[in-house]
Amino acid sequence: MRSKTIIVDYGTGNLNSVKRCLDRMQANSIISSDRAEILAAEKLILPGIGHFGKAMANLKELNLLDALHEAVLVKKTPILGICLGMELMAKKSEEGNAAGLGWFDAEVVRFDISDRERYKVPHMGWNRVFIKKDSILMKNVDELSEFYFSHSYHVKIEDQTDVLNETYYEVGFPSAIEKEGIFGVQYHPEKSHDAGSRLLRNFVEM
Amino acid sequence: MFRPRIIPVLLLKNRGLVKSVQFKNHKYVGDPINAVRIFNELKADELMFLDIEASKERRLISLDFVRNVGEEASMPFGVGGGISSIADIKEIISAGAEKVVINTASFEDPDFITRASDAFGSSTIVACIDVKKTFLKGQRAWGMNGSRAGKFSPVAFAQLMEKNGAGEIIIQSIDRDGTMAGYDINLIKSVSMAVNVPVVALGGAGRMEDLVDAYKNGRANGLAAGSLFVYQSIKRGVLLNYPDKNGLRFA
Repeated sequence: MRSKTIIVDYGTGNLNSVKRCLDRMQANSIISSDRAEILAAEKLILPGIGHFGKAMANLKELNLLDALHEAVLVKKTPILGICLGMELMAKKSEEGNAAGLGWFDAEVVRFDISDRERYKVPHMGWNRVFIKKDSILMKNVDELSEFYFSHSYHVKIEDQTDVLNETYYEVGFPSAIEKEGIFGVQYHPEKSHDAGSRLLRNFVEM
Repeated sequence: MFRPRIIPVLLLKNRGLVKSVQFKNHKYVGDPINAVRIFNELKADELMFLDIEASKERRLISLDFVRNVGEEASMPFGVGGGISSIADIKEIISAGAEKVVINTASFEDPDFITRASDAFGSSTIVACIDVKKTFLKGQRAWGMNGSRAGKFSPVAFAQLMEKNGAGEIIIQSIDRDGTMAGYDINLIKSVSMAVNVPVVALGGAGRMEDLVDAYKNGRANGLAAGSLFVYQSIKRGVLLNYPDKNGLRFA
């Protein structure tokens, strides 16, 4: 029996895509913004598209910040942040000049591109990820798999041992990060065909 | 290692898929949900669905339809057709689409793009610019499924859309639509050079070489087509197909 995963609803993002992908693999999940459910969850997924500052404001307004901190840092509930959900795990972002959850010693910066003809922002489309360390999240995900990206900002991280995947878009940036059961992916596994489903399955079966 | 996206564009009319030539002479090519299943199997990068009658009929593309696509699609997809309010976008996104494609509303009210982008983030908002030659003023951006000429040149309209917060711009040649005679490379290049957001080429692709041309010479970041992916060949026998993506991987 697979564990119950809570997809955290904080009024942003495409929650249903993640839910449908989990449903297809018959993983038990619900969408919720309920503190008690978040605290009782066996797994958490923090999805998200949109604006960093607004997302943090929403989490605060919904009174979810304490619950997330307690679930992740005290109860050690594994969590997967997707796209903006990964960025929120950093200390701060240039987008809205806002503070994040601060689980990684990292900040979120806008792509600083020199060749703007070739490298348009948002970075939108399929790109390869290079696996930088062993992780249960990447089990049976082929080296050089492609994932779907759609973002204008990326994470800059202090401790390189937290980097799980790296991707190149003129510059290299961490496309996945991991430490102590806290996972973040900049790409959208829920929209990345087989490699993405594999990754999500690895997370829910962890 | 980034490569351009290859995007089948599927047109909806009366709940069936159709394909046009120069926005006219629509021919039925099949069932849309079946098409999603086939493009899943073919591992398509992205799909785009456009309801070509929604704006004229002053209604929104069917949300049930978007939900059905969302149930099936294992790749990102964008949806267009009659989107004219923030509430419309909210419904379409919660029905499962990643992006909304806006043409007529941006044409009638360019500030709508600003409000949409503020509410949902620019990567959700795609401006589709339909381009046709006019008798006196050269190429212009058209609205209402190619039935109303506007005052903007394609480049000026693309720059306005970028400034207002569109995260991506589709540049569609009405004159080339369905001809399979190749993209309007000059048009695509002029827009691509004028904006910093991704530009998707649409209208005229008939061969794999046309996709390469739009990427290398047109500087497009997304390569979209209708006929190329619904017809077996220029003879136009219906056969959904998708090229080998590695053919478009450049160092």
